This record gives sequence, structure tokens and C-alpha cells, in this order.
Amino acid sequence: MPDQPLLQMRGINKSFGPVHVLQNVDFEARAGEVTSLVGDNGAGKSTLVKCISGTYTIDSGEYAFDGQGTNIHTPRDASALGIEIVYQDLALCDNLDIVQNMFLGRERVSRVVLDENSMEHAAEETLASLSVRTVKSVRQRVSSLSGGQRQTVAIAKAVLWNSKLVVLDEPTAALGVAQTAQVLALVRRLADRGLAVVLISHNMLDVLQVSDRIAALYLGKMAAIVDRSQVNQTQLVELITTGKTAGVPAMTTGVGE
Amino acid sequence: MNDSSTPQAPLDAQGENAEGAHSANDAGSKTATPSPGSLEAVASTVPTGNSVSAYVTNYVQRLRGGEMGSLPAVTGLVLLVIVFSILQPTFKGLFNFGNMLTEGAGPIFIAMGLVFVLLLGEIDLSAGFAAGVCATVMVRLMVGYHAPWPVSIGAAILTGVIIGFLIGFLRAKVRIPSFVVTLAFFLAFQGVALYIANNGKGQKGDITITDPVVNGFEGNQMPVWAGWLLAILIVAGYAAVKLLAQNGRRTRGLNTEPLGVLAFKIGAVAVGTFLAVYALNKNRSINQAAGFKTVDGKLVKVAAAELLGVPWVVPIIIAFFVVWTFVLSRTRYGRHVYAVGGNEEAARRAGIPVDRIRISVFVLCSAMAAIGGIMIGSNVQSVSVANYGGNTLLLAVGAAVIGGTSLFGGKGRMIDAVVGGAVVEVIYNGMSNLVKGTNSAAVQYIVTGVVLMLAAAVDALSRRRAGSSGL
Ligand SMILES: Nc1ncnc2c1ncn2[C@@H]1O[C@H](COP(=O)(O)OP(=O)(O)OP(=O)(O)O)[C@@H](O)[C@H]1O
Ligand SMILES: [Mg+2]
Repeated sequence: MPDQPLLQMRGINKSFGPVHVLQNVDFEARAGEVTSLVGDNGAGKSTLVKCISGTYTIDSGEYAFDGQGTNIHTPRDASALGIEIVYQDLALCDNLDIVQNMFLGRERVSRVVLDENSMEHAAEETLASLSVRTVKSVRQRVSSLSGGQRQTVAIAKAVLWNSKLVVLDEPTAALGVAQTAQVLALVRRLADRGLAVVLISHNMLDVLQVSDRIAALYLGKMAAIVDRSQVNQTQLVELITTGKTAGVPAMTTGVGE
Repeated sequence: MNDSSTPQAPLDAQGENAEGAHSANDAGSKTATPSPGSLEAVASTVPTGNSVSAYVTNYVQRLRGGEMGSLPAVTGLVLLVIVFSILQPTFKGLFNFGNMLTEGAGPIFIAMGLVFVLLLGEIDLSAGFAAGVCATVMVRLMVGYHAPWPVSIGAAILTGVIIGFLIGFLRAKVRIPSFVVTLAFFLAFQGVALYIANNGKGQKGDITITDPVVNGFEGNQMPVWAGWLLAILIVAGYAAVKLLAQNGRRTRGLNTEPLGVLAFKIGAVAVGTFLAVYALNKNRSINQAAGFKTVDGKLVKVAAAELLGVPWVVPIIIAFFVVWTFVLSRTRYGRHVYAVGGNEEAARRAGIPVDRIRISVFVLCSAMAAIGGIMIGSNVQSVSVANYGGNTLLLAVGAAVIGGTSLFGGKGRMIDAVVGGAVVEVIYNGMSNLVKGTNSAAVQYIVTGVVLMLAAAVDALSRRRAGSSGL
């Protein structure tokens, strides 16, 4: 069912007191696609992500996952649906190794004893399936990893848990050229595996390189959701800074197709 | 080193060798095996290396990277024993060996509880007087109300649990820094202990323990055969845990520890254990020959005294050590303790009940303090509040930190309490006889304080080193 988005949000409104941060926002993410979410500082990207993850409850609007209308009230609701958020500050425990971090909070046990070997095996398989070669040993402490490797671990964790939708908030912000390329390749592989990926980024090159579709927020409104092939960099920058651009139909209601 | 480490043998490292302080398994991975000496190998939570030489290279690298584990404590222990043996004739000898075991036991129990609290980056300054409160509760019930020993000890431990819950609640829910909460309780518990000691039925003040079982923890020795049985159980248990872990990894296709290293560790534990039991099973009485002694100006015949066997407190320490090591390294709860200590926010996002974990470590700490308090009483066959003040807490914190548990949270193991406790006891005991007369206590305080400060400095520096080398 390629026509039906995995995540479909319609007419989302979210206010903080008098501040109307998200205004009638439509958004969707499809399985097997990377949907980039772009917009200037303060456009409402993080707020939208927090609505997706259940950190914030939406004031009004529809939230459908896998074709089912749902109400998400807590992050737990979202993870139960298979939504995994990789925050920019990653939240890994430096004193634990990769396996321990990937299974944190969901450790495998047989009776009461941690099943280390099966966890190590599964972590290795997950990393191998994502063709991650930068990490040499899954028993490395996370404190010894580079920024890119940490990002890799955080992303692989999402895969390990068979998430359906992975949201990445600026995963390449702090990375050098080579590591950015690695992480973007990994993002691409996630989508190729059939996951829906939402990528927040301020880097237009990254966005254009890896996305299938691009959603541009402008001052709390969804300016456009377009196919990657429909825009070039100039148009994209224009969308972000002014909310419209020649050649791309402005959004009215519903997600334009 | 492998503080947070995964598959860790409960009986790992009886303190005989630094190598033994490693966790049970080797790692590396199937996808790629770190080359010896590489950063990956250095940072691994499980010792790596496909051959003995690779293993040793990696071990040395980890030391250089600031992951020193028990090595400083074990080295210090060996040096101190040598120095005191040379300087001080009464230090060496079997009698003092047995004496140090019983004298050091109390702080070791308290230190075991403190390891949990320190793993969260918290501190419990009240543990010493909490031990005092619990011990006075026990002895008051026994002497005043003729409660049998299981009831009295149960009440003491329950008191510890309540105290710990109170501290944990104030820290986790009311959000007062643990330093302040426990500093307040440090004062208050001293008062509570004094109050219980001076009120109620039975003896007041310093209260003599009359119960033979409680006195027996530290005063009685295991029969010789039981000592040997204990040694066999320790070695067999250690070997079984190691070999089973090795086997489990092999069947999973994971890399395993070199057999030579495995054999060395088991061999070292066996030699150390049997030597210790052999020594303790010899007669260590100071009065070994029948003879005469002057009492009230008259010569009296004295029979040869016999003192041999492993003190009962030793298997009790080992039992707690095994249980807590298991809990910390092999259970979900233990993993969550490390996670909260390492990154509270990450733990929270992973769905770990952070507040509950925080309260639980204070409960464990005060409950262990109760047991430590009972042992301190058992050692001198009486409960006197003064015995829980002074440097009781300092010795216990010192034990954990000297053993290698970090004051910054997230790093530490149960073996630290035992090895560090041994170091602290050797210093305490050695110094007490080295400087005689009026300055003895003064020197002891100063030396203990300096040693604790040194350990904290090593902790802070190795942390910085680990940070700068990217570890
Ligand atoms: N909890 C809050 N209370 C009040 N206002 C808020 C709150 N959170 C966000 N806002 C406001 O909502 C707007 C959108 O913020 P948001 O963090 O979603 O922007 P963003 O697109 O993620 O920006 P950036 O690119 O800087 O991360 C901002 O004007 C911000 O001030
Ligand atoms: Mg943001």
C-alpha cells in the first residue's frame, strides 16, 4: 500500500499559551522514504516532532498511524506504535558499551539473568545488517566512540527495536564531512529497509542528497510538501525563508499530491 | 576497567591478582576483531584478545587509558603489607592476619552498600551512624527485651531499610542533594543511637552483647574441615562460572577469552584461596605454649590457647560479595543502576524508573550499614555508639574509592569494597601499632584522611585521563 502514508497528520494545532506554534499543519511520512523536515529556527520543527513522539499532546488535528486514527499522549504510546526518536543529544550512557546501550531499558533476560550473549549477537547482527563497519567491537564503551559512531549506535538502536518510523533531529549537526556521509548513508539504508524516516536538518545539501520528499515549515505553517525531484536548492532556500517559491504549489489544505 | 561490565563472574577476583578483577568474558566481535592495542580494544568492557599476548597488550593499554580497576588497590595492598611487615614486628604473623579480617569486616559491609550509592554519583555520609542506630536497635532488643538473635538482627536490618528509604525519598522526591540529607542524618543518627543506647530496658551506655551467635560472627572460627570446604567451593564456583560463560560465548559464535588467561585466573584464585585457608587453619594464638604468667603478683599456670580456623565473618562477606556482584553485573536492576549513574536522562528516556532506582540504592546502602554495624559490635562484643563515629564512615567510603569505585558515578564494582577494605584495614592496623602512645590516634586519622584524598585524586585524574584519551 504505497499510497497510504505510515504517519499522517492533518490540521495539527499546538499552542503554548498565547503562542500558536503549529497552525493547521499537515504532515506525512511514508514507509521506505526519507521525509526531510526543514524550516528556519523557530519554525516549529522540534515542536512537530514532539507532537509525533507524544512529548506534547496536540490541541486539535488528526493523527493517523498505519491508517488508524490514534491519540498519542505520552512517549510510551508512540514507542508502542513503533515510533523511535533519535534526539540530538543522543542520550547514550558513556559508561556502558554499545550492546548495553542498544538494549537499555529493554534488556533480554533468561529468568532473572541478563542474556548477554544473545544481546551481543543481536547487536552485532543489527549493525552488520546496516553495513556499519566503523564500529569495530560492540563491546566498546560508548565514551570511546566518535560523534558519528554514537549517532550510528543511536540509529541502530531504533532498527533493533523494529521501529516503523524513525525521527532524527539534526543527526549530522556536529559531524565532520566523512562522518556526515556515513550517517546519511545509514539514514538512506533505513529507508531502503522499509522504515519511514523523518530527518530534520538545516543543511540543504544533506537534505537534497538523502530525501525522497521534503516538508518545509514556515512560521508554524506547512509551506509545502514536495518530491525531492520537484525542487532545487534555490527553491528550497526560498521556501524556508519566505514560505513560497515559484514552481511549487503552495499548500492549502491536505497534503498535495 | 570493567566496572560496568557485563558478564562478570560473581567470584571474580578474590583480590589475589589484578587480572582476576576482569570480567568473565572476552569479547571482540564476530564482525570485526579489534587489533591488540587499538582504541577499540582499549575501551572494551570485556577483555579482548585472541591470544594471551594480545590479551596482555590490551590490558596494558587499558591501564594506560586510565581504566585501572583494582590494580592500584592491589598494588598498594602488596606494598603496604611489605612495608608494615618490615617496620613493625607485630604486624606480620598469623594472629594479626586473622585479627585484621575481623576488624576490617565491618567497614567492608558498609562499603559494599556505599558502592551502590556511589554508582549513582550520590554519597551517604550517614552510613556510619546508621550502622550505629541499627546495632543499638539490635542490642537493645536483645538485652532489654530478650529478643532472639534472628528477631533482633531482622529488626536492625529493617531499621536500615527504613532509614535508607527516608534518605532516598528525600533525595529522589523532595530533591535535596544527598550530601545535605545525609549530613543532616549524620548528626541526627548519632543522637538517635545515643538515645536508644541510654534508654529502654537493660544495660545503658556501652552495651555488652551477650548473644553467642552475634558474638560468634567475628569471634568464632569455622572448623578446619569447613574452611577447606569453603576453599573448594570458592575455587569450583569461580571455575564453573568462568567456564560456563566461556562455553556460552563459544556456542554463540562470540570470541572467547584465551584459554591460557582463563587457566591463569582460575589458578591464581585457587592458589590464593588455598594459601589463605591454610594460613587461617594453623594455630594463630599468641599463647601457643603452656606457661606461666603473673596475675596479682602470683605465678599462674596458663594452658596453651588454640585459635585456628577461618573466622565465620569471612564466608558471610563472600556470600554478600557474590550476591551483590551478581545483582550488579548480571541483572537488569544492576544494569539500570549503572545506566542512571552514567546518564540519568538517557536512563529516563529508556524507560528506567530513575527515582525508584535512586531510592533503592539508599535502601541497600543503609541495610548493608546495619549488617556492618552488627559486625562492628560483634568484633568487640559490645555496642558503643562511639565505635560508629570517628572514622567508621571515612574508612568505608575510603574502601570503596580506594578499591576503584568512582565518586562521579557510573563506575565501580563490588570487588572494590573488598579490595579497598583490605587496603584501608592494613593501613589502619599497621599505623595503630606503628606509632605508639598519645599520638597514635592522631596519626591514624591523618593517614586515613590522606589516603582517602589520594584515592579521590586518582579517581579524578583517571577520569580526566579517560576523557582526554577519548575513552
Ligand atoms: N514550551 C514552549 N513554550 C512556549 N513557546 C515555545 C515552546 N516550545 C517552543 N516554543 C516556540 O515555538 C516556536 C517553534 O519552536 P521549535 O523549537 O519547534 O522550532 P524549531 O523549528 O525546532 O527551531 P530550531 O531550528 O531552532 O530548532 C518558537 O518560536 C518557540 O519559541
Ligand atoms: Mg529544533
